Amino acid sequence: MQLVSAINRFGWGQRDDSPLDTSLHDWLSRQLDAPDTAVFRNVRSCSEGLIALREQRRAKMQGDPLVTPIFQADVAAQLDNLLLTEQPFRERLAWFWLNHFTVSLRQGSTKAVLGTYMREAIRPHVTGRFSDMLLAVMRHPAMLMYLDNTSSIGPNSPAGRKSHHGLNENLARECLELHTVSPAAGYSQTDVTSFAAILTGWSIDMKAEQPGFVFREKAHEPGEKTVMGQTFPEGEDGGVQALHFLGTHPATYRHIATQMVGHFISDTPAPQDVSHIASVLQNSDGDLRAASLALATLHDTNRTGSKFRTPMDYATAVMRALSLGGKPSQPDDPHSPAHVLYAAFSSLGQPLWKAPLPNGWSDSAAEWSAPADMLARTDWAWRLAAHVQTGDPMEIAHIALGPALRPQTELAMHHAGSRQDALTLLFSSPEFQRR
Amino acid sequence: MMIHRRTALLGLAASWTLGRSSLAFAGPAGGPDDPRLVVILLRGALDGLSAVTPYGDADLKTHRRDLVLPEPGQEGGLLDLGGFYGLHPSLQTLHALYREEQMLPVHAVAGHYRSRSHFEAQDYLESGADNRLNSGWLNRAVASLQGKTNRPDGYGLAMGLTIPLLLRGSARVGSYAPAGSQHPGEDLYHQISALNASDPVTGPAFKNALKARGFSDAAMTGMQTSSISGKPHKPDAFTQLSTAAGQMLSTLHGPRIAALEIGGWDTHAAQLGRLGSPLAQLDRGIEALRQSLGENWKHTVVLAMTEFGRTVRMNGTGGTDHGTGTVTFLAGGAVAGGKVGGTWPGLRPSQLFENRDLAPTTDLRAVAAGVLCDHLHLPPQALATVFPGPRTDPMKGLITSA
Repeated sequence: MQLVSAINRFGWGQRDDSPLDTSLHDWLSRQLDAPDTAVFRNVRSCSEGLIALREQRRAKMQGDPLVTPIFQADVAAQLDNLLLTEQPFRERLAWFWLNHFTVSLRQGSTKAVLGTYMREAIRPHVTGRFSDMLLAVMRHPAMLMYLDNTSSIGPNSPAGRKSHHGLNENLARECLELHTVSPAAGYSQTDVTSFAAILTGWSIDMKAEQPGFVFREKAHEPGEKTVMGQTFPEGEDGGVQALHFLGTHPATYRHIATQMVGHFISDTPAPQDVSHIASVLQNSDGDLRAASLALATLHDTNRTGSKFRTPMDYATAVMRALSLGGKPSQPDDPHSPAHVLYAAFSSLGQPLWKAPLPNGWSDSAAEWSAPADMLARTDWAWRLAAHVQTGDPMEIAHIALGPALRPQTELAMHHAGSRQDALTLLFSSPEFQRR
Repeated sequence: MMIHRRTALLGLAASWTLGRSSLAFAGPAGGPDDPRLVVILLRGALDGLSAVTPYGDADLKTHRRDLVLPEPGQEGGLLDLGGFYGLHPSLQTLHALYREEQMLPVHAVAGHYRSRSHFEAQDYLESGADNRLNSGWLNRAVASLQGKTNRPDGYGLAMGLTIPLLLRGSARVGSYAPAGSQHPGEDLYHQISALNASDPVTGPAFKNALKARGFSDAAMTGMQTSSISGKPHKPDAFTQLSTAAGQMLSTLHGPRIAALEIGGWDTHAAQLGRLGSPLAQLDRGIEALRQSLGENWKHTVVLAMTEFGRTVRMNGTGGTDHGTGTVTFLAGGAVAGGKVGGTWPGLRPSQLFENRDLAPTTDLRAVAAGVLCDHLHLPPQALATVFPGPRTDPMKGLITSA
């Protein structure tokens, strides 16, 4: 039971069937050493998503009739994994990196490919090298659409001279600012413009039999470019080299170390913790597996911090505590566990894949603990708990919180007049708001 | 533990929920003279000795002097029920009904189980068995009524939370849940606020949230009933539900059986001050039922029951803990009232159950079976299905023979 709090911190909330007879380091490393066990039923590939999008555009269809089922299948599969995963640490890392490299439904036509973005660009790399994930992200149609790179054209390229269109700096800027070195590295506007020129031509071929990433030679800005003092050749390889340079830059390691410590250890990362993770990344050539496990060691030696659950954390933890889910959710069934969870993310303020801006969802308590937020959690939990007809609330509380369960909460639950009230008290306790 | 699918609920049932009380219906399409049955679940364990106080028992005050109200006739005293028992003064309507011979408390009742866990005991109470079943005795009773089990459509609008186990099962039930009322009651909110009070983040958040919710609740004064006793104040949630239940039970081809629930009984501390409010709510709800049932009240039985009683002795915080025997109430035009039913077991220490609880002398199932057989005309042979396990002999004399 000593492990429960760490398991909550690194996973998605304790579920009754999770094993506890191991050390934290073993529990975590086993998940990262084994292959990804997530199951994705009935989901489509990136090309299939793009074909659906192409057909909708060609026939001028309204209301996304072809894309929606593809999207729903991914929602059902991905949220089922959240509820049922046997690798909650790996699963948390996947969602952490997705948030780091946010692609949102709020912009662009990303709905058709957002699920594949998570499955194809993020998940395969959560225990690999950061620079590999960066490259996969930057070449993925979801990111190219979301941050407008498909319309960025080198002004001196053949296409640019013909159309008089030019650069769109969006992807280049966010890549520098959010994804890699961050403003702390001190890059200039000239660096942003040069990097945008490097990325010209990184686009999507919608006309191909298997639509997907394409390097458009004719839209690529000719000539060498310099970013942060480093010169890169013309062509697709210049971009690959630039991304490798940025993806292995010490400033990038420092930036992502800050993000990781912020997510797993404390809202206000201690400088020595950040330095430690950054050095692990530096010494391992950006090995995310090593950095992730180093977080566990940090947690072991510094248990004072607490992390407030985001709405996504909270709703998932409640449903896992209640052992909801089990059978695969049917994508079109609005009452399946995955859809209950999907609706909860929305009503609690963190709609799935709809971050307002490219910097993703906040990781800090202040962002999620407004009075209305707290009441929304309680009301949602109360409605959900009405459906719980079996099980001992005390047992659920002990499994979910372990030693973090306060005697005060236990007493209040013990005195509750109904199962629904007892569970609502549990899910409204301050300790359940933390992971 | 699976979440119940709404698709399953839609066809079979749903419920109307307001605050901590809720309502669900079962029953056949009926004619105007059909018997009506309303079952009220008092969740949280009602202290029977406070609701119907045996002030004539000399041992009472040795156990709980500070919890006993003055005798009938004195200021703030009990309402007399024939010289030995007195009704809690918050139960004015029930007392008036008693005097009209339409209210019958049965004392020292308990379920056939011996559990002091709310959750287990409520499951058993509603299952009508020694273990938890997937259906409730009231649903099985409906299913056993000839030709009345499967009305083609559920009654009303399905927006609700859940059907109590009591009404779950193979017979169709209809249900309701008005929008905007799907949140906990004030009492639970206050407990939650107290639970968070010392937390620097969630403490102020809950405090402010409840303040805001209080304002908004006051702002949108809900439905006004055709005013009971002419007072303009807003009826509480349970009264609203009771009114709605009475109206629906009165419609020509509407349901004939309803289940409601009301909480607030778990008085572990400061019982003397806390019990009046839920008792008064219950009392107002029964008055609302009587009003809205109108002419049909004479065909009605209201059965109010709780999962177990509370300790005879007061605990260290002015309250009582989980016990065994308690009281159950029958009210309605069809009830043979004006007396107190059951057998009084006495309160000497040797007479208490496990030297702490009121000893049960009547099985709650026998009371329910008496109502089902004599009021709803449930065939006696169906009792084995409605209440599986040891044979249940229906209690006689609960219903008027008219």
